[in-house]
Amino acid sequence: MSAFVINRLLQAVLVLFVMSVLVFVGIYLVGDPISMLVSPEATDLERDAVRESFGLDRPIFVQYVTFLGSALQGDFGRSFLTGEPALQLILERMPATVELVGFAMFFSVVIGVPLGIIAGLRPEAAYSKIIMTGSIFGFSLPTFWVGMVLIMFFAVQLGILPTSGRGETVQVGPIQLSILTLDGLRHLILPALTLGLTKASLIIRVTRAATREIQAMDYIKFARAKGLSSSRILRVHLLKNVLIPIITVAGLEFGQALAFAVVTETVFSWPGMGKLLIDSILTLDRPVVVAYVLIMVLFLVLLNLVIDLLYMVIDPSSREKVRD
Amino acid sequence: MSFTRSHLFASTAALLLACTPAIAEDLVIGTKSEPSSLDPQFHVLSPNMQVSLAIFEPLVRQDAQGAIEPLLAESWELASPTEWDFHLRDGVTFSDGTPLTAQDVVFSLDRVAKVPNSPTPFTLFTRQIAGVEALDDTTVRITTKQTYPNLTVDLVNLPIMSKAAASGDAPEGRTTTELNRGEGLIGTGPFTFSSWQKGADLVLEANTSYWGGAPDWDRVIMRPMTNPATRSAALLAGDIDMMEDVPTGSVDQIEGDPSVKIVSGPPARVIFIALDQDRDDSPGISGTEGENPLKIKEVREALFRAIDREGIVSRVMGGAAVAAGSLGTPNMFGTSAEHEVPAPADPERAAQLLEDAGYGDGFSITLGSPSGRYVNDARVAQTVAAMWSRIGVKTAVDAAAPPVFFKNRDQRAYSAYLASWGNNTGEIGTTLGAQLATYDKEASQGSANAGRYSNPELDALLSKASKTMDDDARAKLLEEADALAMSDFAILPIHFEVPSWGLRADLEYEARADQFTLPQNVTRSE
Repeated sequence: MSAFVINRLLQAVLVLFVMSVLVFVGIYLVGDPISMLVSPEATDLERDAVRESFGLDRPIFVQYVTFLGSALQGDFGRSFLTGEPALQLILERMPATVELVGFAMFFSVVIGVPLGIIAGLRPEAAYSKIIMTGSIFGFSLPTFWVGMVLIMFFAVQLGILPTSGRGETVQVGPIQLSILTLDGLRHLILPALTLGLTKASLIIRVTRAATREIQAMDYIKFARAKGLSSSRILRVHLLKNVLIPIITVAGLEFGQALAFAVVTETVFSWPGMGKLLIDSILTLDRPVVVAYVLIMVLFLVLLNLVIDLLYMVIDPSSREKVRD
Repeated sequence: MSFTRSHLFASTAALLLACTPAIAEDLVIGTKSEPSSLDPQFHVLSPNMQVSLAIFEPLVRQDAQGAIEPLLAESWELASPTEWDFHLRDGVTFSDGTPLTAQDVVFSLDRVAKVPNSPTPFTLFTRQIAGVEALDDTTVRITTKQTYPNLTVDLVNLPIMSKAAASGDAPEGRTTTELNRGEGLIGTGPFTFSSWQKGADLVLEANTSYWGGAPDWDRVIMRPMTNPATRSAALLAGDIDMMEDVPTGSVDQIEGDPSVKIVSGPPARVIFIALDQDRDDSPGISGTEGENPLKIKEVREALFRAIDREGIVSRVMGGAAVAAGSLGTPNMFGTSAEHEVPAPADPERAAQLLEDAGYGDGFSITLGSPSGRYVNDARVAQTVAAMWSRIGVKTAVDAAAPPVFFKNRDQRAYSAYLASWGNNTGEIGTTLGAQLATYDKEASQGSANAGRYSNPELDALLSKASKTMDDDARAKLLEEADALAMSDFAILPIHFEVPSWGLRADLEYEARADQFTLPQNVTRSE
């Protein structure tokens, strides 16, 4: 068990190292941060002065080694654009994204799992076909378009929900939360719906497939033969086993959405990390991009670890496998 | 607007009217990007400058057209050609109640060079300043390194901070990080800092003791909304009162809604095509037996005359632009009158010019362009390419993401490239000096001249103008320089972008040449 965890963490270190090199070199190849950051009115001498003050005049590998040295001490450098520590900029924006993605995932599970089970239990029924067709729309429509349509309908036409922003927030310790106020919740609905729609569609399809597979299992047939009520079979035997693939998918989707909720955040002017990432890429603000990617890699690795540990709680047989 | 919303609004308004004599009102502005910092001396960037101009004030300011007018300095005179004496306005206090003195000015101008980690330091505007001293409490003497007529234009960008509030342990006093939190962020302007949540709302409050009278708005909220469609939707839904930069696609919708309107301003940023003129083997040119045809004036003229600017303005820019015949707008100081209106497109004449220059069979060229940096930039480049191809210059467009484009441009990988220049001085000299003066790194000349155009006659005129204090004489020299460059087809101006704002129908805003959104200038119509 602990060997398993340690093994995973070592892998994480390797992945972090490789990613940091890739991003560092990638940005270097794309362009020169100086030409994006410095006002065009500056002369070449003034440009050189800024280049020197950011250390960009040194060879790329020297820059990387310097970065690695301070990163190992937890210092990811200062944003070229704002002069603030890169890590702090990201952490400041994190609560908004976690809130949005958490809400969207909650929504997609609450909608997706029941619909998926219904469609899986009676695959031939008309309502199942409607659910499945609907789910195709759900993940094939572009998020950008869905977001704009929702804004146009609920905010501009009906005027019942706000178009953008995060609304009123409450300070809880060091972080700002908007789910605790009515105004904040109203602001959360449309972006969470937009983000959750694709996720819900995916969960519907996964749940349906798992339901159909498990329904054909011997233990379900046996439970039926024993004369258990169908609601008990559903709750105890089916649901518990369906949960395993759902946790995998939902976990991965959560991580994915957290790292790259860029489109939704841009459409709704949501002050999250995704928008920070895209802005930083556009201005070649390397310290922020590198710090962001590294934090996300770390987070996704840990998330996968948690998912694996959850398996063990739900599925005793996987506990055996890990022990081997 | 929906029934529910207007009904709710009406009842709330009625309730407010019943309670208070005057309605306390917020102004919510959807901006296209947020400031990188609140430190007024950290980063030369429009979103930063417009916020700092709401909290702080410089000695002099520009009006909407770009003309200089007094602000904290009531008047000024020259003690010698390099010594300027500025007399501070009486009765001005900072928002914390302390009076403005000459010491605050000295402190502020001294701080500029000390701010660390800046992506573009404000030393851009103190280049020519040799020293600043307080002659007495209300007089500041600024000494320039040489005769320098544009000092007041530079001062526009240097807001005055409170020495008492902004002093600190660091060499620069209050650090950028502290100022971002609002600590020491004390100015004499119409608004004071209230709160800033990065990526979301920046909230300003009225400075009730403002020397120019309390502003119209109790609170101003500046909300960054990078996606233009989101800004338009928010304006239409009534979530915001004003938006920056109306996208071409939303113009009809906003104009069709009686509750909102669009104001658009004087032409500003110029879009142009620069041509590589100092190398024989220019990259991207083929079919010329190793020669660079762009060195020949007739070829450049042919490329100039092949472009149908009115067509680009009406069909690609949706009317939100003005055809350009010079790098300077017609209202700019020193723009040559004969080049204010560009010659109309004349493909036959262009083809004839090519023939005369020995390129009757044409040649091939690659036109570089950023994609997504300026309004419809890549589409403008495509259109120009089609127009050039029509006269026999087979043009391929290489449109790249801005970081890649600028990297290529700086490495001089383009024979021709589309780019843009914003002039904040209101005088054409700085534009010509950056774009067309002979490139000289050490002398800081031609810093944006990636086409490497070089004309000693033009250099001489620009250098003479930059030291001429007399406005009329300077204007004449600059007009001569502009006319010289334009009749040599040194660079090909395309159009000027026209900035626009969308706002509630009952609000007024005078569109500004510097494209700033200044909340203090937004008023309710009577």
